[in-house]
Amino acid sequence: MKAETLPSSEFARWTAPLARQVTLASRKKDLHVGDRLFFWFMFSAASGVVVLLFLIAFFLGFSALPSMARSGFSFLWERNWDPVAGEFGALAFVYGTLVSSFLAILIAAPLSVAIALFLGELAPKKLAHGMGFLVEMLAAIPSVVYGLWGIFVLAPWLRTDVQPFLGKSFGFLPIFQGPPYGVGMMTAGIILAIMIVPTISSLCREVFRAVPRSNREAALALGATRWETMRLAVLKSSKTGIFGAVILGLGRALGETMAVTMVIGNRNDIALSLFAPGQTMASIIANEYSEATTSLHLAALAEIGLTLFAVTFVINAIARLFIWRVKRGAR
Amino acid sequence: MNSAMLQNYLNEGYAKRQWLDRFMRALLLVASVIALLPLFSVLLYLFKNGLPGIQLSFFTSLPKPVGEVGGGMANALVGTCTLVSIGTLVGVPWGIATGVFLSEYGRSRFASVVRFCTDMLSSVPSIVIGLFVYALVVVPMGGFSAIAGGIALGLLMIPTVARSSEEMLRLVPTHIREAGLALGLPRWKVILRIVLRGCVSSISTGVILAVARVAGETAPLLFTALNNQHWSEGLDQPIASLPVQIYTYAISPFNEWNTQAWAGALVLVFLVFVVNILTRAFFVSDGVGRE
Repeated sequence: MKAETLPSSEFARWTAPLARQVTLASRKKDLHVGDRLFFWFMFSAASGVVVLLFLIAFFLGFSALPSMARSGFSFLWERNWDPVAGEFGALAFVYGTLVSSFLAILIAAPLSVAIALFLGELAPKKLAHGMGFLVEMLAAIPSVVYGLWGIFVLAPWLRTDVQPFLGKSFGFLPIFQGPPYGVGMMTAGIILAIMIVPTISSLCREVFRAVPRSNREAALALGATRWETMRLAVLKSSKTGIFGAVILGLGRALGETMAVTMVIGNRNDIALSLFAPGQTMASIIANEYSEATTSLHLAALAEIGLTLFAVTFVINAIARLFIWRVKRGAR
Repeated sequence: MNSAMLQNYLNEGYAKRQWLDRFMRALLLVASVIALLPLFSVLLYLFKNGLPGIQLSFFTSLPKPVGEVGGGMANALVGTCTLVSIGTLVGVPWGIATGVFLSEYGRSRFASVVRFCTDMLSSVPSIVIGLFVYALVVVPMGGFSAIAGGIALGLLMIPTVARSSEEMLRLVPTHIREAGLALGLPRWKVILRIVLRGCVSSISTGVILAVARVAGETAPLLFTALNNQHWSEGLDQPIASLPVQIYTYAISPFNEWNTQAWAGALVLVFLVFVVNILTRAFFVSDGVGRE
């Protein structure tokens, strides 16, 4: 096969170097039939991953067709969700996803940066190693176990201790009003925060590692304290990377399903109070998809899934762009 | 301002800076400990609520209806093994082949597209994978099945396996490949017999960690493998799994079932932790199986 005979499409532009490689390798035909076969085998596996992403988008779009034909994407800002009456508005779920994820980021981002700083800059090596292991174990616990813990430990604690206190002290804020349910937006946000801390902190550690040692030494040599060194030499130059790590955590939080489904209370409505139960885009799919009977109901849920896929895709692409830039800069 | 006053001024500033330094260092320590507290709380309650439910019958008998004492999760344990095996059959060869492509032929522009897509695939929410497999497998097959659930788990394994095997293969020095080629071996033999064989243990670490991760996945199984209160009658039938069973029991209003959920969760976490700790103890290399 010659590289010149390939069509000059975009695809060929990507594969041309490979084809050339194969052409070069297969000059001596008798030896290299196996090489070509092997190459195409590995190549098809790799391109399968690319195809898979397109297939996911395609199949979700196909499943969502009846709903999209009915209302396009306007159902994302309609409020009523009543499958029996044939009303499908996803606003409450979009709201739930956004609020719970931002709450999670609000809690997890400072904690993760603190862990990354402590483990990377302050702690002695052995302690850092041990605590790093514990953080990884935090990430290894399955989502459903966090949900279980959320139902029976976290939610009761929030209901009896934390939420009454918040209501009493900060009750003038609308987000802390209303009866403490335990299960609800706040519980979901906290569980999500716990689950994304490992992701954000390990990325932050990588970002901090990319800062040259000489920057720290320069700050210390000028008489800066340890904290000033961290602030001036490490944090200041890692802003982009931290931002990327937090966005990646956000992407994780948006799509997280089981733990949230178990503790958010599953109520299809919008409430300003963080104590109130709600519903997220992922949790409504988990709750209703296997029990949906009408094709329109299934399609509406698939359309929510498609939206979730698109949003997490864009967010992750942005985050990786940021982190990639930081890592490339370090080289 | 005379020199004594200046000295005084500087000392005061220094004291303030010292104090701030100490305060911030303490704050960082406290924040790190706070972030780790949930881990200890989860483990504590897993033992406290889960241990009473761990008896021999838990591993050997089927779930019993509400109100009857006893019952276990034998079918769910077997189900999880079945699902994970199917997932491994789908995800591991695909993932390793992608990893080989990325490390051995990975300099082209197309390879960086593949790398990007692998990253993107790993960030697709698992429930979305469930929806995809529902449309791809469940609808054409006409029902929920172990095969569908296994495929969903397999797809989730691909990115982890691909990226970790790529990293491991890259650690193999180029001169080893050159030595093989210089002996007149064709490239595919060099890759299969020399490069891959050299990394069998580190690649399998990545595979095992990926298995441990998907073994706890619930969301993609909800509408692919569904659940089953009995033994599954075949791979084309719905099948129980440990995570889905934990979910079902956890949200039920019955005390007996909640206890079973805790016991199941204890078993699941125990398995996941043992795998994680063992692989880390045997193959001490940072970054394996991490994103």
